[in-house]
Amino acid sequence: MTQKQSSPEVRDKIVTREEEAAENDRKFQLSRRQLLKMMGAAAAIGVAAPLVTKVMASSSESPAVALSGAESTSKRLRRWMMVIDLRKCDGCQSVDLPPQCTAGCIQSHFAPEPMEWIQVFEAELPGGGTQFIPTPCQSCQSPPCVNVCPVGATWTTPEGMTLIDQERCIGCRSCMAACPYDRRFFNWGSPPIPPEATFIEYHPERQTPLRKGVTSKCDFCVDMARAGRLPSCAQSCPNNAIYYGDFEEDLATNGDEVVELSKFLSDNNAYRLKEELNTKPRVHYIPGHGQDVGRDAYSKGRKDTVWPWKETKEGAKVWDRLGHRK
Amino acid sequence: MGPSGSPQISGYRERLEDRVLSPLTTASRAYYLLIGILVLIIAWGIYAYTTQLRDGLYVTGLRDRITWGMYITLFVFFIGISHAGTLISAILRVSKAEWRVPVTRMAEFITVVALMIGALMPLIDLGRPDRVHHLFMFGRWQAPITWDILAITTYFTGSLIYLYLPLIPDFALARDRLGDSVSPFKRVLYRTLAIGWRGSPEQRRKLHVAMGIMMILIIPIAVSVHTVVSWIFGMTLRDAWNNPEFGVFFVAGAIYSGIAALIILMVVIRKAYHLEEYLTPKHFINLGYMLAALSLIMMYFNILEYVTEGYKLTGESEFGFNQLFTGALAPYYWFYAIGGLVIPGVIILIPWTRNIPGILVASILVVIGMWMERYFIVVGGLRTPTMPYEAADYFPSWVEWSIMTAAFAGFILIITIAVKILPVIAIWEVAEVHDEHELAARGRPIEAVPPPVTAAQPAGGD
Repeated sequence: MTQKQSSPEVRDKIVTREEEAAENDRKFQLSRRQLLKMMGAAAAIGVAAPLVTKVMASSSESPAVALSGAESTSKRLRRWMMVIDLRKCDGCQSVDLPPQCTAGCIQSHFAPEPMEWIQVFEAELPGGGTQFIPTPCQSCQSPPCVNVCPVGATWTTPEGMTLIDQERCIGCRSCMAACPYDRRFFNWGSPPIPPEATFIEYHPERQTPLRKGVTSKCDFCVDMARAGRLPSCAQSCPNNAIYYGDFEEDLATNGDEVVELSKFLSDNNAYRLKEELNTKPRVHYIPGHGQDVGRDAYSKGRKDTVWPWKETKEGAKVWDRLGHRK
Repeated sequence: MGPSGSPQISGYRERLEDRVLSPLTTASRAYYLLIGILVLIIAWGIYAYTTQLRDGLYVTGLRDRITWGMYITLFVFFIGISHAGTLISAILRVSKAEWRVPVTRMAEFITVVALMIGALMPLIDLGRPDRVHHLFMFGRWQAPITWDILAITTYFTGSLIYLYLPLIPDFALARDRLGDSVSPFKRVLYRTLAIGWRGSPEQRRKLHVAMGIMMILIIPIAVSVHTVVSWIFGMTLRDAWNNPEFGVFFVAGAIYSGIAALIILMVVIRKAYHLEEYLTPKHFINLGYMLAALSLIMMYFNILEYVTEGYKLTGESEFGFNQLFTGALAPYYWFYAIGGLVIPGVIILIPWTRNIPGILVASILVVIGMWMERYFIVVGGLRTPTMPYEAADYFPSWVEWSIMTAAFAGFILIITIAVKILPVIAIWEVAEVHDEHELAARGRPIEAVPPPVTAAQPAGGD
């Protein structure tokens, strides 16, 4: 993960082409959505006539925008997904460090304290003891957060990822109330990020640098996947418990082995969190409590996550997720 | 009835006009003192908000697990209070309850003011108020917040019209009667807002038609408003808010708190402006009965919800039950259940507390209880953990308390200023009803329902 942290600029160059395509695609999508919403708003408010003409003009943009970076070798759209093998997750007890998926994510995204975009929850097991559940954004295919956003600042990409546009978000926090997985994070103040993070050019696919007063979350590292690399969390896992893959090609990898996705899921009784809510997550779990890496279910506890930078942006505030002031 | 009534009738009318119009021409030192205090409180609230603008919502007690608190509570609360108004006055108008006439003006006015304050609250709650225009540029019909904006702006517009229509003859009266005794500003205001009202039969007919349309229209609009407010919560996947009856529960609670707010305002205005002749104990008792009926309805809703959920007690609702009945939110819940529902109902149903002071106490309890109810609904739904983590706690910061105080001060301030500009009682309606009774009493001694007296009143007994 340190290599990623040191080279955001390199990463930028690698993914420029793909990003451009995705950006064009997004512009097109949003302009159509804008059109409908704005026509509605104009009708309701009755004052927005000049805006409507403007947007109607923009809707004549060519829809033939390539999705090059989002295509698989079979020229079909990628459907990125994750499998987290809980049999291999010991909450990083064996390495005696804070969960390394979280640490890798924090370092590559400059996620500010106290955000853990992938968070390792410790859940009780029926017979006593605990299991660790690393939880990134579940990338729901029926995302409740997207439904309730009043301004379309969060949306699902054609590849199935839920993203946030921090430049559009108004900070109403409806999406945070709607998310059943507690996977959305609010920038209550000026976020405590290191000064170098502010030099990165912002893009919704890479939530850096963070803005004040808006929501942020795991972006599923699609920019890295397109460049042929695993997301930070998967790369950082010492036990290779996180597989990243593509339903379209039916393949997934943890960096160590490549698995046939559908068979891997079925053979290992994979499940999704809160299946009953019908949010259709793209993140799958294989039940376990770290037994494959020698963890005893009754050895509880994990190290607290740390945010490594000594220096933060001027005027930054640090807060506690739970609501107690620091 | 034009000004050409019998001497007897115009005697009543003149006394009424004097009583109701005199506050528009005079103001005591205490009045200016009150204005000064309210302005100071609001100034403090604005200062608190500037710290929030500077540092972000960091200055509140809100955090990721409990992301909505005081501001959203106040939003629901004030939008609830707004139902005082229009809904009550429209229902009473539609049902031709004659005792309503001295009450409707104040009820309609509370609506408009509560909507102004309530609609401000979500804006204060925004993390990025500088981007509020995004709601119009990028608004999505699928989002409950958009429904809210639409419903509340529609309701506000409707309420304003519904407040204004019956004011037209009173503005004309103020224009004709007050003359030089008021400031030039008010003279221009009354002349403009009276829009050439002369009380001709044609004008009266049009006014009755317009009011008839508005009083019907405003009822579904008011119901829709608090329904979509409840859907801000009901459309999420949170267990505590996953309740199909939430909409009707919110509407009932809105009317409940609205009546209570109306009673409090009536007591104050009756005392301050010596309107004992027009706001009689009968008015308070009738409103008190409505309050008692709604407290029973609210209890019924609570029983429905807690019995059906408590009997089954699924995973998340067990946590919700514990935090409400014995846990962190128990003080709020029990204050609401006992102080906000049971005690007010008992006060009104027992004959020897069923008087103006008793009903005032009941109303104050209802308003506080309903604030608590909004609070534990908002905070309780968010506090229930959705993943294996420890439940968070929320306590409003000084900024939130300051803004809450300023919101109430603003509510009172607008009313305080407006009672010096608008007649607090619909003079022409009160006089009209009085005239009808007079005529009925002369023509038919013991007749319960007065017959229609003039062709100018197609609605008959209205």
